Amino acid sequence: MKKFERFEGVVAPLDRANVDTDLIIPKQFLKSIKRTGFGVNLFDELRYLDEGQPGQDCSQRPLNPDFVLNQPRFKGAEVLLARRNFGCGSSREHAPWALEDFGFKVVIAPSFADIFYNNSFKNGILLITFPEDVVDRLFTEVDASEGYQLDVDLENQRVITPSGEILEFDVDEFRKHCLLEGLDDIGLTLKDEDAIRAFEQKHKAARPWLFRQSA
Amino acid sequence: MSGQTLYDKLWNQHLVKQRDDGTALIYIDRQLLHEVTSPQAFEGLRLANRKPWRLDANLATPDHNVPTTVKERAEGNSGIKDSVSLIQVQTLDDNCLEYGIEEFKINDPRQGIVHVVGPEQGATLPGMTVVCGDSHTATHGAFGALAHGIGTSEVEHVMATQCLLAQKMKNMQVRVEGELGLGVTAKDVVLAIIGKIGTAGGTGYAIEFAGSAIASLSMEGRMTVCNMAIEAGARVGLIAVDDTTIDYLGKRPFAPTAEQWEAAVADWRNLVSDDDAQFDKVVTLQAEEIEPQVSWGTSPEMVTGISGQVPDPLAALDETVQRSHTRALEYMGLQANQKITDIKLDKIFIGSCTNSRIEDLREAAKVAKGNKVADSIKLAMVVPGSGLVKRQAEAEGLDKIFIEAGFEWREPGCSMCLAMNADKLGAGEHCASTSNRNFEGRQGYGGRTHLVSPAMAAAAAIAGHFVDVRSLPANDATHAQEA
Ligand code: SF4
Repeated sequence: MKKFERFEGVVAPLDRANVDTDLIIPKQFLKSIKRTGFGVNLFDELRYLDEGQPGQDCSQRPLNPDFVLNQPRFKGAEVLLARRNFGCGSSREHAPWALEDFGFKVVIAPSFADIFYNNSFKNGILLITFPEDVVDRLFTEVDASEGYQLDVDLENQRVITPSGEILEFDVDEFRKHCLLEGLDDIGLTLKDEDAIRAFEQKHKAARPWLFRQSA
Repeated sequence: MSGQTLYDKLWNQHLVKQRDDGTALIYIDRQLLHEVTSPQAFEGLRLANRKPWRLDANLATPDHNVPTTVKERAEGNSGIKDSVSLIQVQTLDDNCLEYGIEEFKINDPRQGIVHVVGPEQGATLPGMTVVCGDSHTATHGAFGALAHGIGTSEVEHVMATQCLLAQKMKNMQVRVEGELGLGVTAKDVVLAIIGKIGTAGGTGYAIEFAGSAIASLSMEGRMTVCNMAIEAGARVGLIAVDDTTIDYLGKRPFAPTAEQWEAAVADWRNLVSDDDAQFDKVVTLQAEEIEPQVSWGTSPEMVTGISGQVPDPLAALDETVQRSHTRALEYMGLQANQKITDIKLDKIFIGSCTNSRIEDLREAAKVAKGNKVADSIKLAMVVPGSGLVKRQAEAEGLDKIFIEAGFEWREPGCSMCLAMNADKLGAGEHCASTSNRNFEGRQGYGGRTHLVSPAMAAAAAIAGHFVDVRSLPANDATHAQEA
């Protein structure tokens, strides 16, 4: 995983509540057995006017001109501004993979669905929760000024707006540490290998039926 | 000190290490694998040169994109026309073979939807932690197991370490008290719960379903309820262990053998919330007030009783709600205040991990028996949840009832629940579906899904529009829930 470094990025506003993972990456693209290449199908149903198929050359497809990511002013956006309950629905990790592959490093919203929240951090995407009124205000500001960028500083847990306003956010220490160091979860957990083995022994002695295979 | 909830007990029994930052390592007893969310996890293991921690904790079966027509299935993997689906199923086979993981392959009679197969095999036991790379894993909570839906990175993490990195959730209890009316099923109960608390109502909570109406449900019914916990925002749904649970498990292939059975049962009896346990939130519903439910929108919380009508978006107080209702009606092609019974249907889908078990098929068959699917219905299909459910149904003659009524009788798989195989809706088509999600495009691009119980789906197939299953002439339908 890449280390998460401070950056200034263009903000794209997606003004819609309850954006579910089916909308982020429609199911026909889940069939890949890889982890990369999902970016071109991010928000496929909103982004294109036709129905997308896996393995298709997306550069030939008709774009929906009204969709925010198709508008030139949001080109190269790295921060997605969204509404409440972002990422609800299925557990597909393809959702953060698609966001990351497209180039998003951060999503800001008033709330996120649980599984999506976990999956995003595990894939190096920072999710920032701001109160509804702050998000409202950001929507207004993004709308008002072309090329609107936010300076995202995870180390100090703050976002700085173009006018210099500092918005602080909360993030769990462990997740922050992993993001900043680019640490992979498995390696971290395996540092506790002995504790896991010891637990397993005890657990098996107490409840041997949990370790039974089929007859 | 107050007592522990069922969730607290399960958590404590599996806690390997609590970290200072609030996260914890919890030990996982069972991982269920399927073809869609496992390939990248195996790929990750291989790339990092890691080995699975404990092979016998894993059980695999392809389900999401296996074809369900008899003809295609006869050919095994080579009957899968879609090349990407084929690669996924083939990759699961290869990975299981390479690592030595037990798999029920495409034409094994034990193959089926993971959430049907696990319990049916006794591979899900009370007191277990169960994970699967699928958000409907909460289904297994019906057995008093702590079951999480997880993402692909977590699948890899569990495979490599036998642990899940988790944060303890808060406790919510949803009580359904009283007696369910005739013709009102577990599906109606859970839809009514979601209608009441909303799709984010359970976010951050483990929900324990309790109360006399829940206790009176069969294991199939309990699985239906827990299955949809995620649709209320909760990763975990739970029901306490009782005689119904224990009776269901006896003699299942993975269940404890004779000498361990007594000890296991004694242990399982403790898997209930203590009388003095504290819940962070309690919600109560009255069973008598629940009628057969039909979803009208594009989120499971957009649901109402069969005697109700499509809401008027402008009547909503919250502006965000107004907007989402307006958009939902537009997508669904419905009018404000339209009666639910006036919604006409194009397709009927009876299946999915929510409602494809034997009891579900029995309920639907009772309604279908001696009737015909309306001419206006383009396709009505019944997809059993597993090969064993299919066999059982055929032994009871349910397949004949369905076929005579004009339903297609299919091979087990997820099928039109998520339309990853060839079974899908066309744009604008309305479907009465026993699945769990009615999101835009879920059952096919532009498709319009209405979530209902199996009996309601069968009744809609016959009428061509929604009808109150309770109002049907005196066939056995109204006693469906007692089966
Ligand atoms: S039946 Fe539907 S919800 Fe259930 S596991 Fe399959 S795709 Fe997921």
